[in-house]
Amino acid sequence: MLSIEHLVCRIGERTIVDGISISFVPGQLHVIVGPNGSGKSTFLKAFSGEWTPAAGHVTYDGIGLGRFERVDLARRRSVMTQLPELHFPLSVDEIVMMGRYPHFSFRPSARDKAICEEVKGLLSIDGLGERDYLTLSGGERQRVQFARALAQIWEAPPDGGRYLFLDEPVSSLDIHYQHQFLRLARSLVKENIVLIAVLHDLNLALQYADRIVFMQQGRVMAEGTLDIVTGGLIREVFDIEARLLDDPEGGRPVIVFA
Amino acid sequence: MKKIPFHSYYIALGLLLLISLIVSARVGAVPIEYDRILLFVRHAFSGKPGPSIEEQLFLQIRLPRVLLCALTGASLSVAGALMQALFRNPIVEPGLVGTSSGASLGAAFVFVMGKSLSGAWLDALGPFVLPLAAFAGGGLATWLVYRLSNVYGKVNVNTLLLAGIAVNALAAGGTGFFSYIARDPQARSIVFWNLGTLSGADWTNTGIVAFSTLTGIGLSLRYSRALNALLLGETEAGYLGVNTRRLKTRILLLNTFLVAVATSVVGVISFVGLIVPHILRLLKSSDNRWLIIGSALLGAVLLNIADMLARVIVAPSEFPIGVITAFAGAPVFLFLLIRAGRQQQKGGFYA
Repeated sequence: MLSIEHLVCRIGERTIVDGISISFVPGQLHVIVGPNGSGKSTFLKAFSGEWTPAAGHVTYDGIGLGRFERVDLARRRSVMTQLPELHFPLSVDEIVMMGRYPHFSFRPSARDKAICEEVKGLLSIDGLGERDYLTLSGGERQRVQFARALAQIWEAPPDGGRYLFLDEPVSSLDIHYQHQFLRLARSLVKENIVLIAVLHDLNLALQYADRIVFMQQGRVMAEGTLDIVTGGLIREVFDIEARLLDDPEGGRPVIVFA
Repeated sequence: MKKIPFHSYYIALGLLLLISLIVSARVGAVPIEYDRILLFVRHAFSGKPGPSIEEQLFLQIRLPRVLLCALTGASLSVAGALMQALFRNPIVEPGLVGTSSGASLGAAFVFVMGKSLSGAWLDALGPFVLPLAAFAGGGLATWLVYRLSNVYGKVNVNTLLLAGIAVNALAAGGTGFFSYIARDPQARSIVFWNLGTLSGADWTNTGIVAFSTLTGIGLSLRYSRALNALLLGETEAGYLGVNTRRLKTRILLLNTFLVAVATSVVGVISFVGLIVPHILRLLKSSDNRWLIIGSALLGAVLLNIADMLARVIVAPSEFPIGVITAFAGAPVFLFLLIRAGRQQQKGGFYA
């Protein structure tokens, strides 16, 4: 379980994350939404250990974030960001293997290689192994990066759970790949991973989230299951008129903006 | 991505290095036949060298020169691979970011002023004074360029190039000043400082460069995985457990160590660190482990070939080796610059 207490992040005098307390449990897809500048990405960076907060506590399975060695943290927590820019040719295999870097010191073990193969199979990129990453399409690159993130936490560490954070993972994809990716991410819920995604698109969030967190100006405005989502809340957080409709086929609500 | 495994390339490059060393030992103002080389090497191993002038020439002049050349090529190329990985940009090399010219200034200072600053500590350090001064100069220049080009935690490559030009000009000016006021005829030679020459090779300085090259490459290999992760970006590398801040400092220091020690002995030889990793990337992959080992081997081979040309073209005199590397390297640099300019719209110019 990921517990966050009174987390505060500042850039200079400006407060980006303003005293957030929240817990994330494994086995559910948590989605964080909020307008631009609401502090979503900084919040994610802070609880994943890449941003030193000004105040507050973050604990992974009860252990304080500051007590982990970098490599030890990387063995249980992986983060996928928007497509990273690569300027040099690297093969798909080389990139997926980077996910195993925290697990070996000089040469990958047979187990590391087997995990990479397994992950590539799961994401149906096993045919791309020798391809140059720079020649891949956006959707393929996304799957390669996802494979890297999964390979990193493929096995649970002996003393705790696994954590996968997705920071706006679908922003650069077309609609087909957005849904394909989120369906895949959702299927990981049964793996007992603490799964948190920051998403831009409210309708995508409603379609895939188990629990949803609304952020505004560095604070959590509302958090809970989809029942909490109302037109009033969306107006308050995003400053736009919206109505919720029920999708007769899917059972999840759909937002229409006025 | 071709399917030939890495170790086949290493074996091929190793053989190439061996051949280039032997051929390079043969040619020069006085050609030495292969069977004589074999005989001299056997003499050297058995510990009883013959008295002939040819053998003395081979053991005291030709052999250290050839080895120094290979070591310098390896050092400069590995440093180039390190800097390209650090800046995530293929147009960066030690000559560009000020390491070489700064090291050259440090060495020129000691070379010229050393006799006037005599003291017990200078005598104690002996042959290490020159490399140490070069390290200080190279480190200072590289740090200055890095600081100037690092804005809000990001290195802008345009600023990096401009800062490099300024710092290089400053260092070259300083070196010019010292060589102008020097009394020693070798130190007076601007050619030595700006274009590099291997003619000063002896066993002492070859030994010092051998030490820096081998330890430098060994240490670099420890960082090859972290440098690979850095190719994805600093944040991503951090998520993979890399301490990026510490990594950057160490890579800058390693680069300075490799380049400064070699430069203090042979002067500034540019573009080697640019071309060699580039060829290796085209040949196989951008994996930094491959680039480091491959650069060590291929850099040694190519600088040996350049030195052979330098000795053969105008024999019995010799060309400054930096002229040859500049003729070969500058076009490659321009080509990479044009390509980088085209990619700029896509945002691939920041590190």
